[in-house]
Amino acid sequence: MEKFTTVTGVAAPLRRSNVDTDQIIPAVFLKRVTKTGFEDALFHGWRQDPEFVLNKPEFQGARILVAGADFGTGSSREHAVWALRDFGFDVVLSPRFGDIFRGNSGKQGLLAAAITEDEVEALWAAIEANPGTEMTVDLVARTATIGDLQVSFEVDDYTRWRLLEGLDDIGLTLRDEALISEFEATRESWRPQTLPVK
Amino acid sequence: MTSESRTAARPRTLAEKVWDAHLVKKGEDGTPDLIYIDLHLVHEVTSPQAFDGLRLAGRPLRRPDLTIATEDHNTPTLAIDKPIADLTSRTQIETLRRNCEEFGVRLHSLGDIEQGIVHVVGPQLGLTQPGITVVCGDSHTSTHGAFGAMAFGIGTSEVEHVMATQTLPLKPFKTMAITVEGTLRPGVTAKDIILAVITKIGTGGGQGYVLEYRGSAIRALSMDGRMTICNMSIEAGARAGMVAPDATTYEYLKGRAHAPEGQDWDDAVAYWDTLATDEGAAFDAEVTIDADTLEPFVTWGTNPGQGASLSDSVPNPNDFADANERAAAERALEYMDLTAGTPLKEVAVDAVFMGSCTNSRIEDLRAFASIIQGQKKADGVRVMVVPGSARVRIEAEAEGLDKIITDFGAEWRFAGCSMCLGMNPDQLAPGERCASTSNRNFEGRQGKGGRTHLVSPLVAAATAIRGTLSSPWDLEHSSDLTVTSGEAK
Repeated sequence: MEKFTTVTGVAAPLRRSNVDTDQIIPAVFLKRVTKTGFEDALFHGWRQDPEFVLNKPEFQGARILVAGADFGTGSSREHAVWALRDFGFDVVLSPRFGDIFRGNSGKQGLLAAAITEDEVEALWAAIEANPGTEMTVDLVARTATIGDLQVSFEVDDYTRWRLLEGLDDIGLTLRDEALISEFEATRESWRPQTLPVK
Repeated sequence: MTSESRTAARPRTLAEKVWDAHLVKKGEDGTPDLIYIDLHLVHEVTSPQAFDGLRLAGRPLRRPDLTIATEDHNTPTLAIDKPIADLTSRTQIETLRRNCEEFGVRLHSLGDIEQGIVHVVGPQLGLTQPGITVVCGDSHTSTHGAFGAMAFGIGTSEVEHVMATQTLPLKPFKTMAITVEGTLRPGVTAKDIILAVITKIGTGGGQGYVLEYRGSAIRALSMDGRMTICNMSIEAGARAGMVAPDATTYEYLKGRAHAPEGQDWDDAVAYWDTLATDEGAAFDAEVTIDADTLEPFVTWGTNPGQGASLSDSVPNPNDFADANERAAAERALEYMDLTAGTPLKEVAVDAVFMGSCTNSRIEDLRAFASIIQGQKKADGVRVMVVPGSARVRIEAEAEGLDKIITDFGAEWRFAGCSMCLGMNPDQLAPGERCASTSNRNFEGRQGKGGRTHLVSPLVAAATAIRGTLSSPWDLEHSSDLTVTSGEAK
């Protein structure tokens, strides 16, 4: 995973709350066995509407999405994160995220950063006053800046550290392989096993 | 459940006990705990990229003996002996078969008696047990919490992580007690309880929490009913929901293929008996629901928190104080093509879907059949009944439920996720309205442009008879209501 420090790019306002993962990527696109090529599937239903924000010329190439509360609720599909990444997004700002979505984001280099409802409103207003203006998101300082407006965002320390360092979770965990083996040695005989088949 | 406050002497909740028992390494300085995973359930949709990751890194799958796979999301529910017509679906299924073969994972394929929805298969095999940790690349893994397991959905990167290490790095969850006291009236079920809970706390209300369902109304539920409730914990934003194990749990488990036997059974029960939340243990949040006054419930909007009693009317968005909720309600009514003030019981449906990991177990089918027996479905309404697993289908047929269902004019299908999410051909057409026993009423979830009302199996049955959203109380023959899904045993 590439190291994430700052991102500067066009920010798009998504004036919706409860953007569930079925809206981010409908289930019909989950049949692929690859991890890339999901950009066409992103917000597929809404993109049929020419007036949808991501169809507007001023928001082409957007890298930062500013959304209402409860972004990424619902299904565990990591395809939602892949689709956002494939489309070009590096950051989603929202007052609150679905738990699984937020976890998935951190593993794919997508920053899911939490700001308040008021800050979302202020950013939406700033973006819409000057559509296409670039925003800078600084993960070191935990700030998002557009024009004169700067807000601080929250992201947990561990996710931030992994994003800043570009670290792979499995590699980190396997450093503790001895502890895992030690734990397994104490596992009671009555705990379930799938094999052999009875 | 803040990690620093967790010590052995302190009274602990069920969730804390299970967490503590799976601690491989305690996190320090803001790093997460490393938690051991007892059971990893796998299906075709969220696993191919994880298997690929293992292959690319040259890593083995650490514990095939704690891993089991089934085909469910993509599988057809008709003509299952023929090759899958949709090529991308077929590729995904074939990829799972190849991956399971290569990595030594037990797989229950289409046509196998243990094939079915992953959250129906685990419990029916007796693999889902109290006090264990269960994960799956599917958000409805919360279902397994009904046994007092800590069970939650994970993304594909985490699926790969569990395959490689049999652990997950996790920050402790907070705990929320959802206490449901009282007695459900006949016709009111576990589904109505959880829909009422979600409407009360909202789709984000459980975020960051493990929900523990408690109280006399929960204790009175069967395992199938408890699974329905835990299943939809994720719709309240919580990753997991749990019910402490008790005699009902043990009775369900005993004798199942993977349940412990002999001395192992006694040892297991002795341990399971220690899991219930200690007297005096503190929850981070508490919510109470009165079971006595609950009515059959239905959703009117496009998220599971937009629900109401079936005797209510479509709400007026202007009545929502919160601006975001008001905007969401306006958008939902537009999508759902509903007018504020319309009695919910006047809303006519085009389809009824009886199935999904929420409500496709044998008791759900019995409840549905008990209402439709001897009746005919409403003209013009398409009714589809999809059992949760091949085994449930066979059990239902042995009881003659298939005959009741087909005599009613409904379709009796093979097992799978089906129209809950429409990855296979079972979909709504644009604009079609469906009363569905599934778990999500999101825009387009059951087919592009489809409109979903979430209901219990009893409401689904009554709706299929009358053609409009209906409670079993609205039926002339409702006085003989006896078998109700997830109601008292």
